[in-house]
Amino acid sequence: MPLGGIIFIIFFIAVFGVILIYLARAIGGVAKRTSEAKMEIYECGIPEMEKKDTKISVNFYLTAILFILFDIEIIFMYPWAVNFREFISAGAGTYVFISMAIFLAIFIYGLWWEIKSKALDWEN
Amino acid sequence: MSSMGTTTFEIVINLVKTVLIFLMMVQAVPILVWLERRGSGFIQNRFGPNRVGPLGLVQLLADAVKFLNKEDFVPDKGNRFLFYAAPVFALIPAAVAFMAIPMSTPLTVGDSTFLIQGYEVNIGIVFILGISAMAVYTMLMAGWGSSSKFSLMGAMRAAAQVISYELALGLAIVGVILVYGTFNLTEMIVAQQGPLRFSGFGFDFVAPTAFLPNWGIFFQPLGAILLFCAAFAESNRLPFDLAEGEAELVAGFHTEYGGFKMLMFFIGEYGHMMIAAGLMTTFYFGGYGIPGWTTQEVYAAGLSMFGNETAASVFNTAIHFLSFNIKFAIFLWIFIHVRWTLPRFRYDQLMDIGWKTMLPWALFNTILTATVIFLASQYIIG
Repeated sequence: MPLGGIIFIIFFIAVFGVILIYLARAIGGVAKRTSEAKMEIYECGIPEMEKKDTKISVNFYLTAILFILFDIEIIFMYPWAVNFREFISAGAGTYVFISMAIFLAIFIYGLWWEIKSKALDWEN
Repeated sequence: MSSMGTTTFEIVINLVKTVLIFLMMVQAVPILVWLERRGSGFIQNRFGPNRVGPLGLVQLLADAVKFLNKEDFVPDKGNRFLFYAAPVFALIPAAVAFMAIPMSTPLTVGDSTFLIQGYEVNIGIVFILGISAMAVYTMLMAGWGSSSKFSLMGAMRAAAQVISYELALGLAIVGVILVYGTFNLTEMIVAQQGPLRFSGFGFDFVAPTAFLPNWGIFFQPLGAILLFCAAFAESNRLPFDLAEGEAELVAGFHTEYGGFKMLMFFIGEYGHMMIAAGLMTTFYFGGYGIPGWTTQEVYAAGLSMFGNETAASVFNTAIHFLSFNIKFAIFLWIFIHVRWTLPRFRYDQLMDIGWKTMLPWALFNTILTATVIFLASQYIIG
């Protein structure tokens, strides 16, 4: 892993971005408070009624949890996929194929169950 | 060659190269914006920007000057740190992931060899997927930092959409890994050199003409379609740009942004488009390879033309860089063309497509690929 190069470019981009923002601030200037309404957050012209704890549909949390579950299952397939041909040429193809078939059966059952239990429905 | 070089000269060149690739990405964005506006103009039977300079090309410069002159605004109730940090962080994942994509054959000058990519990562696919997925954080930072309802809802929608399509994307890539048996993008491109060939079921098939290349699209057609569709959602482009659905959310997670901070989000979005185009090229269309000629043949042609190894290497690199960029530009144009052709989905439709259509199809693609590879090694027909 060329870790040095990656860290270098991350820092370079961060510095680049900060310089751009300061440049824009220096040339364009900071927003002057000509009225209270100007500094408010955008809300269709009505007086702002913003609270920090805006309610968010529970479906977003469900989606996030299911994503973590399925993504981990998919990441498990990566080492299997990259070694599949080597296992076949070593004579262990049937074993590896059937192991992953069982894993995929559980995956598919899980997905089918999520769809059937309406955890992924957004219409309500 | 997996490190950043051994001598000081090589290290300095490699670091300058990463900076150059980043700056190339940044300056490609105005050109793409110009192409998008002109292209949309021609698609909708109007002109697009054509007043400032020849063909309106200087319009972008004028836009940049205008962006610079915008006053710097933070809403009173916003979180100042997150509000400023989000656009800066938006630049990072796209650029860092894009640099792992090889754009041409290595350039050999004397004893030193330089890769035409930021750095070669041996687990290239996992690296690119992991880093580019970090873009979700910048959206959430922008949405939360603005403390506006529209921004927060846009950010939540964008995050849910991106992670949902990440599944189909990741699963479509399993098929690619099964075909090539490697995570390394350069090894994939090398495997796609030469004429189309397939061995299995007890016979070897080689294409009669060298111009039918050994590209991944012939082995993974379904995977290519799935990956490309998921890439549209990943980069928040139409028909999946629910994050900034103007009709109901004003501008999504960057409602409160303007001027240069807004432009940095744009650079991030176009960067993700470039990653998707680069991945499509690398996985399915032979990367920098040219149909009909292998890299060795191009190098030999350069050697016979110039009689100098360095010149031949430069020739080889330049030709393959051109080849990569032609394929890359075609995919970027498809992104732009689709944006001005298809209407936007509704949000529940979008989630249904991701979870209930693309994920099962990607699963089907994985199972089909694995089964064919397994059977091809076990059974002999005829």
